[in-house]
Amino acid sequence: MIDASDRAGLFMTTIDAVTEGGDKIRCDACPVMCYIKPGAAGACDRYANHNGELVRVDPHIVLERTVSHGGRLVPFQAGGDWDGKIVHEPNVFVTAIGAGTTYPDYKPAPFIVSSQIDGVDMVTVVTEGIFSYCGVKVKIDTDRHLGPETATVRVQGEAVGHVSTGEYGSQMLSLGGVHHLTGGSKKEGRVTCDALMDLSNCKPVELTIDGGATVVVQAGYPPIVNGVAEERMRVGCGSATIGMFAKQWQGKVDEVVVVDDHITGVLSEHQAGKLLDIPDTGIKMKGRRSTPGRYFQVAEPGTGWGGTRISDPLSVLGPFNPKEARPGLTMLMVSTTGEHAAFYVLDEALKPVETEMPLDLKLSVERIQENCEPALCTVLFMGGAGGSLRAGVTDNPVRLTRSVKDALTRVTSGGAPVYVWPGGGITFMVDVTQMPAGAFGYVPTPALVAPIEFTLRLSDYAALGGHMDYVRPLTSLRDSTEVRPMPYMPGQRA
Amino acid sequence: MKRLPQIALLPDGRRLHLQDGPIDLVIEAKGRTTEICAAYDAAAHRFAGLLDELCEELTTLRQAADPAQCTLEGVVARRMHAAVAPFAASHFITPMAAVAGSVAEEILAAMLGAAQLERAYVNNGGDIGLHLTGAEQFTVGLMDRPDCHGLMRMMTVDADDPVRGIATSGRHGRSFSLGIADAVTVLARTASQADAAATIIANAVDLPSHPAVIRSPANEVQPDSDLGARLVTRNVGPLTENEIEDALRAGAHKAQQLLVAGLIEGAALRLLGETVVVGSTGEAPALHAHHESAIENVVHA
Repeated sequence: MIDASDRAGLFMTTIDAVTEGGDKIRCDACPVMCYIKPGAAGACDRYANHNGELVRVDPHIVLERTVSHGGRLVPFQAGGDWDGKIVHEPNVFVTAIGAGTTYPDYKPAPFIVSSQIDGVDMVTVVTEGIFSYCGVKVKIDTDRHLGPETATVRVQGEAVGHVSTGEYGSQMLSLGGVHHLTGGSKKEGRVTCDALMDLSNCKPVELTIDGGATVVVQAGYPPIVNGVAEERMRVGCGSATIGMFAKQWQGKVDEVVVVDDHITGVLSEHQAGKLLDIPDTGIKMKGRRSTPGRYFQVAEPGTGWGGTRISDPLSVLGPFNPKEARPGLTMLMVSTTGEHAAFYVLDEALKPVETEMPLDLKLSVERIQENCEPALCTVLFMGGAGGSLRAGVTDNPVRLTRSVKDALTRVTSGGAPVYVWPGGGITFMVDVTQMPAGAFGYVPTPALVAPIEFTLRLSDYAALGGHMDYVRPLTSLRDSTEVRPMPYMPGQRA
Repeated sequence: MKRLPQIALLPDGRRLHLQDGPIDLVIEAKGRTTEICAAYDAAAHRFAGLLDELCEELTTLRQAADPAQCTLEGVVARRMHAAVAPFAASHFITPMAAVAGSVAEEILAAMLGAAQLERAYVNNGGDIGLHLTGAEQFTVGLMDRPDCHGLMRMMTVDADDPVRGIATSGRHGRSFSLGIADAVTVLARTASQADAAATIIANAVDLPSHPAVIRSPANEVQPDSDLGARLVTRNVGPLTENEIEDALRAGAHKAQQLLVAGLIEGAALRLLGETVVVGSTGEAPALHAHHESAIENVVHA
């Protein structure tokens, strides 16, 4: 995370720390002489035991983009080797995490930092925005049916959001929003706020969908649907899978059915099969035919084969047509992820009988698996910077909005890039896995506290009515004024 | 390497910041410029060496206070003892429960001894000593949880009020709590009294042996904790509305006792989104406890 060459300048020296019987250390920074256990901080919250080493924990997170996600002890230029430069690397960025704010933000944002980038004075207005209009958009990579669209999503029985659209290989959920946060019962608001905060801080949250599944969602991890961890996203719908692999199946098997909740594909009838002159097999599919070789609704959605509820793939087939079928005809049935696959040979009565799959077909199934990307949950925090937050930045809030739209002001959240929606206001989305750990907090409104930074040229800042009196050089942040502890870590702080 | 306290004005140029080890003071004085300078000089002067003074008696300060007699010598240490002594007969309490308020009080006294001020405060991490004259007021914003930001409600202290100390205790702060309160804010005549009382009331907001409350011995988490092996609250799981009410009622009962005994002027108790107010808090003069919703007290962005 932080290599040895950086260490000396980043952390206070360790010579004063005395190792006491194994893991705890005794801090010698002041006469209190705290004993500090690993992972804990001393009484001052300034010094901590990091793997047996006494380190200084900083008031602000000066984020190096290269510091991997999850790093908690981050570089802080408090040592004696200050070389006068405002920032050492262009990548060092002061984030709003821990900047603190009041609500409403009638006071200037806690930190308005000037630094020089490319010789131009830049200003980063660092604040923690309080968002009562906020939520998360969750993308769950799965073919399994999680619940009907618009169904209510619950945490601890409280409604926190709803099932949104199905996307390619994924199910979207929309959670939070002002109506769940403050429009319902007090408990609904509290549970919603906690769920949003946990999801945004990359912690796992169990969601129950009315008339659907129970899903454990954690940003950056596979979803766990009804207790089973999802492994892979499908390579494509059943029809697309036929198109991709038809040539590899040609000559190795007579028929292939790719079972899919959305569009089930049948090789012999599919355009791809026709182009390869694959003969008819007399197969009879259940479901509604869309175009040749493509079937909708072969089975009810569920958590079985290809996002359907079936466990026996033969249940999607009717009897083979004796005019075209023949004994000995071979058939591969496979799901869109290759997770389920079976091989059949028609007997004298034209009934499919499951048989050991030939090696080359096994390889084709593995190829489908290989082409499926790992299934993940992704969480985008979405919030709107309201009037009062903008007032903390400038005395004419709408000019900040215009400045953002005109791309003169760059918006980041915890140093992570954001997407600012077109249209009015400053409504942005950010991938929570790009943000430092513990970036989100809450207030009892209930509303989420999220870091937000506006970076612009000093001259532009003055022009839009910035609080010029409060602009501080980046160097001034190196002293310990306005220290606050590192992000709250339940169970770790002493 | 000689350790020096940090003494600096905050960037606003008005407030003084003093820090040494775990003591972190934010100070503001109002009055004539020369008086403010004299007050800040006195504060900085008194602050230098104060931590060392306390640490000389740290071993005794970390032991249960004797309700009848005080063997401590330092003036701050003796104030700490005096603040906790009224509780020492019936509760386990060490003088450390009043350390923050007692330090705030000491620095405030040094400032007032050196200058004529219209208004001043010494804020020691939320434990605050106040000086008010004439029409001056002090407005306090209450936080829901010390580890999160955001104001829950405002309270105003006038010069006419007897209140000169404000302190907050709870399970999220720097110190451990034996109870489950998210925050208990106490108004009292002095900062040291407020500090000790906040600890006692926060400890009383509790649901003994409730399975959702995770506790562990204090010294397992912080080896030199003055609470020794006593079980301190580490986490509070989901509670029903009735359980929240029961826990708050237990705390409010304790607060009411302290109010009647004249040890506090008012208290606001907070647990999982519910608030109970006891006594005078600058906006709720009634003597009976009542519930309030946080949502009603905060406007939208």
